[in-house]
Amino acid sequence: MAILINRNTRLITIGLTGKQGTFHTLQSRDYGTNVVGGVTPGKGGTVHEGIPVFNTTFEAVQETGANAAMIFVPPPYAADSIIECIDAELPLIICITEGIPVNDMIKVKAALKGSKSRLIGPNCPGVITPGECKIGIMPGHIHMPGNVGVISRSGTLTYEAVYQLTQREIGQSTCVGIGGDPVNGTNFIDCLEMFEKDPETKAVIMIGEIGGTAETDAARWIKAHMTKPVVSFIAGAAAPKGKRMGHAGAIISGEDDSAEAKFKVLQECGITIARSPAELGQKMAEVLKK
Amino acid sequence: MNVHEYQAKDLMRQFNIAVLKGGVANTPAEAVEVAKKLDTKVWVVKAQIHAGGRGKGGGVKLARSLEEVEKLAKEILGMQLVTHQTGPEGKKVLKVLIEQGCDIDHEYYCGIVLDRSVGKPAFMVSTEGGMDIETVAHNTPEKIIKAYIDPATGFTAAHGRKLGYALGLKGEPLKKAISFFENLYKMYIEKDCSIAEINPLVTTKQGEVLALDGKLNFDDNALFRHPEIEAMRDITEESEQELEAGKFGLSYISLDGNIGCLVNGAGLAMATLDILKLQGGTPANFLDVGGGATKETVQKAFTIILQDKNVKAILVNIFGGIMKCDIIANGVVDAAKELDLKVPLVVRLEGTNVALGKKILAESGLKITPANDLADAAKKAVDAAKGAK
Repeated sequence: MAILINRNTRLITIGLTGKQGTFHTLQSRDYGTNVVGGVTPGKGGTVHEGIPVFNTTFEAVQETGANAAMIFVPPPYAADSIIECIDAELPLIICITEGIPVNDMIKVKAALKGSKSRLIGPNCPGVITPGECKIGIMPGHIHMPGNVGVISRSGTLTYEAVYQLTQREIGQSTCVGIGGDPVNGTNFIDCLEMFEKDPETKAVIMIGEIGGTAETDAARWIKAHMTKPVVSFIAGAAAPKGKRMGHAGAIISGEDDSAEAKFKVLQECGITIARSPAELGQKMAEVLKK
Repeated sequence: MNVHEYQAKDLMRQFNIAVLKGGVANTPAEAVEVAKKLDTKVWVVKAQIHAGGRGKGGGVKLARSLEEVEKLAKEILGMQLVTHQTGPEGKKVLKVLIEQGCDIDHEYYCGIVLDRSVGKPAFMVSTEGGMDIETVAHNTPEKIIKAYIDPATGFTAAHGRKLGYALGLKGEPLKKAISFFENLYKMYIEKDCSIAEINPLVTTKQGEVLALDGKLNFDDNALFRHPEIEAMRDITEESEQELEAGKFGLSYISLDGNIGCLVNGAGLAMATLDILKLQGGTPANFLDVGGGATKETVQKAFTIILQDKNVKAILVNIFGGIMKCDIIANGVVDAAKELDLKVPLVVRLEGTNVALGKKILAESGLKITPANDLADAAKKAVDAAKGAK
């Protein structure tokens, strides 16, 4: 079961023949992902590393029956690639690209509405269902199949959380990096809803950041709808005001979206808080024992 | 990316957004020349720095004669202007904007910014102009009227009516305000702004609708398609180290503590600062080496961290995903040797090729304190910084 991706996922990579696209597609295939094709305009009809290449996503989907895409296209063209995937009616689009202009993503967001597609990212590490399917740039070997769902806005901080779980032999059902950009395709609540419905998921780790209201909106949703326990950490308690800390999303401008304010709301909504990022594994172990 | 008020107003003029006549000056003599060309009896001399609250800090003054323009320009140019956004050290004023005065009838607020929760630009107006808008939003949220602009429709006449009537305008000023809003939105989209804020927006006794101030911020990710905006960058407003770091794909922010940090990934880098504080330490910087770091960028990162004389210890925290631990380890060893590193160095490596990375560090002959996990790394770095005092 798990969520979003599993053994039946058939993946195409948009921007397959580039350096990053090639490297991470092969890494995903080595992990066990069923890679059925790739898209690079102008290279249709060729075979790259044993993978058939198509000129358009539409053609790739028709020929291979793909049901998921991973995007490795440079920022100026990435939004167009997402729109191409929406047009091809791909159910799942995972965009790894970092640095897409916000206005491009606003248009993408509008195009997603009412479409048949779900977008994960952009600016994200991807999605992994341990032992079954990996779509993204995360190191596969730190994961372990199991029952904890992981959702995060960050890349390496997600690996940190996963690593702490695996060290304690707590496996993961699916790990989703929703991305650090201000406008993204899938938010915390979307993932929480899927984890709540997934019989294999017993508990969830949610890793947030300063800036915006995504975490507090999620906390209120959890309080109202979620029966499974949630453990959470918010990065950026030590960040100075008015500074952008790498992620465009992580800009702290007012009191309301500080780490302190978010921790407070999370706690009020019955979520188990890890004040230190080193405590995520331990807190989850405690929650699972209850 | 930020620009100065005078640059923002030049851009606004290109979009037919009404602003007062004025010009920028680098010297008191230039200020007088600019002032002479303006058909007015009252001038406003405004310090040009990238920070709000300039008026309260004494950076905006009214002049009633050309002599006074010169005197005020002399005072303001070169002053260390302190506002609530500059920090206690303030910012040196290198340019002033000389503008004609006007007869203000009423002050309003208008601004466009992305609302992340809906993924659309929010156009906000308020009758409470000239005040700190965050205070207004906090105390009287009902006094801020919002219109969300869908990318498919763009700014429509309906948006204009909603916002204009919300300010209580009628007749000519209403028409002028609606056209002002429409043009402001056009500029916001065409130039990939991340903030376009006019505070105050004023109506004058003569029925004009004008931007008295203008704050524009641009989406860094969109600068590749706006060389004309990139050309407005004022590097004297940016930290030298942050600029230098940016050239190498590093994201660096200077902080006031004594533990230098080198981390991969923005989230993990923020979390590393958090855990250092929890352990009783103080980070000297935020530094994300990014996903594609090489030996050279790691070396550059060390150079930048060590330029900060407060650094008493360095913590390297790498969770290799795209990045391989052996590459980082080689970079760390080379940098430590070449820079003749004197401060204690704590290194925590995890992820891709971790065994190889740890081996490289252990066999380097350098005094590197290895750490087993995040908590261990933070504790060792805090202890090292304390011991070094």
